[in-house]
Amino acid sequence: MKKFIQPALVALYALFIIVSLFTGFDPGREIGKNFLTFTISMLKILPAAFILIGLFEVWVKKETIQKHLGEKSSLKAYFWILLLASTTVGGMYVAFPVSASLYKKGAKLSVVIAYLTAAAIFRIPMAIFEASFLGLKFTMIRFAVSLPLIVISSELLGRMIENTGIKEELFPEES
Amino acid sequence: MSILYIICAVGLAASVIADRKKTLKALKIALKKFLKIAPAFSVMLILVSVILYLVPDEMIIKYLGDEDSARGIGIAAFFGSITMMPGFVAFPLCGILAAKGIPYSVIAAFSTTLMLVGVISFPVEQKYLGTRTALLRNAVCLVMAIIISLIIGLVYGDFTS
Repeated sequence: MKKFIQPALVALYALFIIVSLFTGFDPGREIGKNFLTFTISMLKILPAAFILIGLFEVWVKKETIQKHLGEKSSLKAYFWILLLASTTVGGMYVAFPVSASLYKKGAKLSVVIAYLTAAAIFRIPMAIFEASFLGLKFTMIRFAVSLPLIVISSELLGRMIENTGIKEELFPEES
Repeated sequence: MSILYIICAVGLAASVIADRKKTLKALKIALKKFLKIAPAFSVMLILVSVILYLVPDEMIIKYLGDEDSARGIGIAAFFGSITMMPGFVAFPLCGILAAKGIPYSVIAAFSTTLMLVGVISFPVEQKYLGTRTALLRNAVCLVMAIIISLIIGLVYGDFTS
């Protein structure tokens, strides 16, 4: 059932936008414009991001990731993962595929979760932008507060996921 | 963004020199992964375009401006969770909010949930993490965003008046 609903809604949406374009229906035009802006900003980043993910999967050895970010890794794993996350470009739509590859290569679950969280709120390019609108003080406080919370919440989430048995659902093959 | 493409180009070139076959495999993996998630991305883009129309900037400014800090944080976290916008739209908006005298704790709640909690990106997240983990992650991150806002509020003295 779900297989039919989604394409039907997408088709309906497309029809709505096209009809709006021709009839000059403003809300429809506005929504179409939003769609285009977002799609373009995403398409600017995604090809390079996915190629880098491909190169990562082919070249980086599983043992390397397991050693530095795996089950037996030290607290230093958080240092490495925060470094990687802080330089991640794009948003969650880049972070999710990257996290899938990290997990597949043997990174510990809590470290993968830390990557996701940090890629959202601990990015340096974003911080520069944020500071220019909200002031350096705001950004520095936010980063200082976020750092311990990222580690604590990731450990917590990692354990919750392990203990509740929903770990099996994570990152299905080929994701 | 151009740095991303420079890194990508250098990586690709090095890879081709080192091993052509492996490079081809990497490109195949890239394409396969992209095509696999493309439908979920499309749904997300559609949702974003509709939500941004239904929740325009003026509405966010209006609702965040009228409240006291504690309620403001709740409302800001709500808007931040249901909307999604790129940084180049979000931070200028936050700048406007700050200029209008909206407390920093409220702005932090909005911007942090915007980045960390995703109702719109849920279809994408679900594909990677599974439904239950995605729900759990969003719930924990919502709590975390509120803690961050409260601490920022304490530092800026938002709750002392």
